[in-house]
Amino acid sequence: MQVHQEGSVVDVALQSGVVEGYDVAARAKALSRLRGIDIVFRVLTRASALGVLIILGGVIISLIDGSLPALRTFGLNFLIEERWNPVTEKFGAIAPIYGTLVTSFIAMVIAVPIGLLIAVFLTELCPMFLRRPIGIAIELLAGIPSIIYGIWGLFVFAPFLQETLQPFLIATFGNVPVLSALFAGPPYGIGMLTAGLILAIMVLPFVTSISRDVFDAVPPVLKEAAYGIGCTTWEVVRYVVLPYTRVGVIGGVMLGLGRALGETMAVTFVIGNAHKVSSSLLAPGTTISATIANEFTEAVGDLYTSSLIALGLILFVITFIVLAIARYMLLRIERRIG
Amino acid sequence: MNHLYARRRRRNGIMMGLSLGATLLGLGWLVVILAVLLWEGFSGLSLAVFTEMTPPPGASGGLLNPIVGSLILTILAVVIGTPIGMLAGTYMAEYGRHDRLTSVVRFINDILLSAPSIVVGLFIYEVMVAPMGHFSGLAGAVALAVIVIPVVVRTTEDMLILVPNQLREAAAALGTPRAFVITTVCYRAAKAGMITGVLLATARISGETAPLLFTALNNQFWSTNLNAPMASLPTVIFQFALSPYKDWQMLAWTGALIITFTVLALSIVARALTASSKQS
Repeated sequence: MQVHQEGSVVDVALQSGVVEGYDVAARAKALSRLRGIDIVFRVLTRASALGVLIILGGVIISLIDGSLPALRTFGLNFLIEERWNPVTEKFGAIAPIYGTLVTSFIAMVIAVPIGLLIAVFLTELCPMFLRRPIGIAIELLAGIPSIIYGIWGLFVFAPFLQETLQPFLIATFGNVPVLSALFAGPPYGIGMLTAGLILAIMVLPFVTSISRDVFDAVPPVLKEAAYGIGCTTWEVVRYVVLPYTRVGVIGGVMLGLGRALGETMAVTFVIGNAHKVSSSLLAPGTTISATIANEFTEAVGDLYTSSLIALGLILFVITFIVLAIARYMLLRIERRIG
Repeated sequence: MNHLYARRRRRNGIMMGLSLGATLLGLGWLVVILAVLLWEGFSGLSLAVFTEMTPPPGASGGLLNPIVGSLILTILAVVIGTPIGMLAGTYMAEYGRHDRLTSVVRFINDILLSAPSIVVGLFIYEVMVAPMGHFSGLAGAVALAVIVIPVVVRTTEDMLILVPNQLREAAAALGTPRAFVITTVCYRAAKAGMITGVLLATARISGETAPLLFTALNNQFWSTNLNAPMASLPTVIFQFALSPYKDWQMLAWTGALIITFTVLALSIVARALTASSKQS
């Protein structure tokens, strides 16, 4: 509170006795002290803002530095080799990359339509008094820590899928040419499909809340005009709201994708950690983040550790690009609605 | 004509029905997850959970050391991350609202906000654990602080931008230096929102596991030494849930229950805070 009293007018500070005497010298001294504080504060805030950039720079530099031994040994082959053998110290990243992309793809295929439909419900159909509570409930899904999804997926969801969905998929598509390869093998419960489904639940809130926000930002005049010429609610959504908010929706989807790509704990529990590129979605696989989480503390030898860090670098580059596109898209729609 | 209208109405009915269904599905997941957590977690909940150390397999015990470890790590991370985040957000909203640096920092910050947390763990491993030669609680706290910063930067900037300019001008007209305008006028006006940001950041990190796996590691025993590996609830849940022992799995569920309700309580309080400040 001392600071606060000084911080009012200098004269008041002098009169109230915080600074003694009321002459020109004291006044000048008080003023220069205030200016000093002002400059220090400004420099501090600027340094902190630069600190955010330094964190990003630090992440990139440390990841590159850590992955150099692996990249030097394996070169670009690291990106396309499937082998992952800690004993002979031969490492390749294609299996985790493949698993990451496949699980995220499954997640987005499921989460995007459902998320958009929930956003439509919240903005067009839902009675006013229910909008906030339902919106918050969906957002709470995003607040649940990923390890909870993991433990739930391992003990509840995977056994459930093993007994219901997976045998059904195998029985239904077992004899269909292309699909039989996708749903081949015994139902393990864990595997890429299970991981993708859990990721879908996890990214759903992101897709929903961003779509809802951009849907809400559509000028009412546009919607009213469409209703005025006799459009149904669905037609308003399909031909007015969606075209108007397309960029924002894509931004939200990319943001969800960024989450799905980098999600670690939930996937680690249910993916099975098998370094194998397998066409079957029911087979165990691995993702970049799951590999790092499972193996990093047990990795012996510089090359092993370095290969894991190189995986981290690949993950960071992929998510950085996806998130940068997402932010760019959202910035564009913000400007337009703005 | 009538035929076409009927078809349009039917399609509308189907799509609206689907959107209602999607919402029920979303809410259903939340209910199912919470119900399973309550069911599994409560059966293991007892006083021993809060008073005893993590047991070896087969013995009985509690979660005292990971609970305390989590508290230490979380509080330390918030203490480290909040000032940096607040100052950075202050620069962006107050000093450099329209300059290049701000727009670059905002863009990068938004990316850090959703960057994979396991990469943050690798980063801190490279800059702290590897040079120091051992895992430590401090490294874990710093890793969590790196996750706190973007959240606090974002909310601080958003909240300060909402403060009306007249307040700043009035204070400046009294001869108040800029630093004091910000700390005594703007911060006060934006207080509720900024506290919300800190609460949301706390909620976010209290369930984070990935960045702790190879920074704070884990510790079977009681330890408050920041220079040594430290137990935390999420890592213990990870270890215990994947173990074949029934006792450990049960403790993992109980830990999961504790974390989830802490996190949900924090985010509900945060939301209530912003809601009440909007109304006033």
